[in-house]
Amino acid sequence: MNDVRDLTHFLRWDGGTARLDLAVDGIHCAGCMAKIERGLAAVPAVTRARVNLTDKRVAVEWAGGAADPARVVDRLAELGFKAYPFEPARAEANEAEAAASLLRRLGVAAFAAMNIMLLSVSVWSGNATDITPEQRDFFHWLSALIALPAAAYAGQPFFRSAVRALQARSLNMDVPITLGVLLALAMSVFETLGHAEHAYFDSAIMLLTFLLAGRYLDQNMRRRTRALAGNLAALRAETAVKFVGDGEIREVPIASIHPGDLVLVRPGERVAIDGVVTEGRSDVDQSLITGETAHVSVGKGAAVYAGTMNVTGTLQVEVRAAAAGTLLDEIKHLLERATEARSGYLRLADRAARLYAPVVHVTALATLLGWLAAGAGWHDAIVTAIAVLIITCPCALGLAVPAVQVVAAGALFRTGVLLNVGDAVERLAEVDTVLFDKTGTLTLPEPEVVNAAEVAPPLLALAGRLALSSRHPLAAAIAAAAGAKMPLAGAVEAPGQGVCAVIDGIAVKLGRPSFCGATAEAEAAAKHDAEVSLIGFAYGDERHVFAVRQRLRPDAVAVVDRLKRAGLTVEIISGDRSEAVAPVAARLGIAAFRAALTPAQKIARIAELKAEGRRVLMVGDGLNDAPSLAAAHVSLSPVTAVHLSQATADAVFLGERLAPVAAALAIAAKARRVMRANLWLAAGYNVVAVPLAILGFASPLVAALAMSGSSLLVTANALRAKPSAREAA
Amino acid sequence: MEVLVYLVPMALALGLLGLGAFLWSLKSGQYDDLDGAAWRAILDDEVSDQ
Repeated sequence: MNDVRDLTHFLRWDGGTARLDLAVDGIHCAGCMAKIERGLAAVPAVTRARVNLTDKRVAVEWAGGAADPARVVDRLAELGFKAYPFEPARAEANEAEAAASLLRRLGVAAFAAMNIMLLSVSVWSGNATDITPEQRDFFHWLSALIALPAAAYAGQPFFRSAVRALQARSLNMDVPITLGVLLALAMSVFETLGHAEHAYFDSAIMLLTFLLAGRYLDQNMRRRTRALAGNLAALRAETAVKFVGDGEIREVPIASIHPGDLVLVRPGERVAIDGVVTEGRSDVDQSLITGETAHVSVGKGAAVYAGTMNVTGTLQVEVRAAAAGTLLDEIKHLLERATEARSGYLRLADRAARLYAPVVHVTALATLLGWLAAGAGWHDAIVTAIAVLIITCPCALGLAVPAVQVVAAGALFRTGVLLNVGDAVERLAEVDTVLFDKTGTLTLPEPEVVNAAEVAPPLLALAGRLALSSRHPLAAAIAAAAGAKMPLAGAVEAPGQGVCAVIDGIAVKLGRPSFCGATAEAEAAAKHDAEVSLIGFAYGDERHVFAVRQRLRPDAVAVVDRLKRAGLTVEIISGDRSEAVAPVAARLGIAAFRAALTPAQKIARIAELKAEGRRVLMVGDGLNDAPSLAAAHVSLSPVTAVHLSQATADAVFLGERLAPVAAALAIAAKARRVMRANLWLAAGYNVVAVPLAILGFASPLVAALAMSGSSLLVTANALRAKPSAREAA
Repeated sequence: MEVLVYLVPMALALGLLGLGAFLWSLKSGQYDDLDGAAWRAILDDEVSDQ
């Protein structure tokens, strides 16, 4: 059936210009870029087509009302690229805006730092030789003229975050930063008014520049990850076939479907919406929702859920919003509660700030009182106390954690793990228990033929070609096993039964064992292994049965073994039946498994482990896993997971292999070690610098050297968080 | 030391010019696709038909 695709939903209008963003699979070089841009320029009415190689996207613009998105997608397909219309997610736009804003502020701060440093170096060398007090004052006033507006603009992210923290009656790293910068600037203005020798404008601005550089790198890494995750979402974006008017159907994106619409779901298609069946009967595979691999029969009036697979018959479904009391409603409810419970995690940097800020502030106060007691004047005592605040100002502390996070996020990115949440690295490092869901997580989402070798190759090839004509999901497994590319001509599908064709006068059938007359063979095979789905195949008088089942991810055994050797407790919690879970657990050597769990029971198990003081990593993909993903200390999801689970998980991993899970844990553990080392380095720096400042030796020159020296040290150390070639493998 | 009267404003003006150029390049999207920009420099222009 040829559908009319309606992609106009994705067009964005700006005056007379229509704009469309496409995520494109397979752009990886300059050649692709030129090919696409030239290819699209030739499409009528397209005024502009530009490839973004970093984000793997194409932006297309049309002038006037002649926009035809489907034609552009077809043209890209002709050129050999799969393109998917793309709706920029709100979160992604926010990340991009935040990154651009940080870069602007970094530019301003860097400009100010360079110019002020130029003036400061002149003053320092002048102080040692023959600068006149008038010239020095002039230079200091110039510095103030640059520093004050620059700090007011560039320092805003720190100021805002500090105010937020104080309002919430807590401390974070931005509180001492803000205090240090503001006091340094205020004191410098005051000193300049008094024609003093030293001003600390350069220290304040340099501090902001270093910290902004760290924050920008962090933000940019997150923006890139988010963009790639957005592409993956577009690649998997679902469409539905909607009835428009009298029996006419049209394929539209899910986003333009509303409650009350009627949609058509054919066999082998994934149900894209929640709704109620108004016509037709079918078996539905709900494994992505419940984890249960056995099919469920639905008929008129039955509810079907987004994410389930329609297996046998054609259904007509009326779209409903998730109604109270449905499975989806319950899951959303559990999810909200679990998400609320989790927000208590305190980042390593904030914990350090809670220790650090009071110590520094008390030290500064003690310095002030000490100098007063020793008989110094108010002015000298205050200047020395503020110098203590400036020199301890957490330049190194502020960079210690973000720098490692950038390196670790980059390493994770390369192993195929995309972080959704910034502090996931820290939480991953604390894990001591790993809970796996079974279906789609330990096993591959698509089933596979297990006994292909028992069938003669020519017959297997024939079965594969016949399978191409069927929409049944298990048929795809047979086609894949045979490596079939060309469908058989004249193959006819009997809905709910199978496919048949006639080759050289011999009847060929593939489908239900009863349809192929292979019931006896099927019963024999079912005795041998109760877990498989059986498909019959008949070639003339020959009868065969294909056994299709969920297969473990290729490296699942090795990865579970690696996790266990690393001292982690591994457990399976599955919604599937016990008979289906036990063999998987046995093969992986996992003694602890729980089967037939509801989403609430999964959360209960996690709460139980939490009460024992364990830090749980949950790895799952189904809708039934979403609440437990939120409830666990940290969570991972394969990229094939349902949308809600992916959005809930702290990170998403790509590919068929399970190895990214083990790699993520290893990278995170290493990153945490380096973060701690960095915090100790920063503390060690303070142990040396603070006594100098207390004694009154912290001139601006000393402050500048100490600040850049310690920043370079922690940044260089952060690079150690990169995994070695052996660990990355 | 009278040179300072025009040298300092000049230095500042040049610095501001640089900052302005940076902000402009940021605004015009030159940092949006760093990988692509690196390749575009060495791509051949299309030969016109005439």
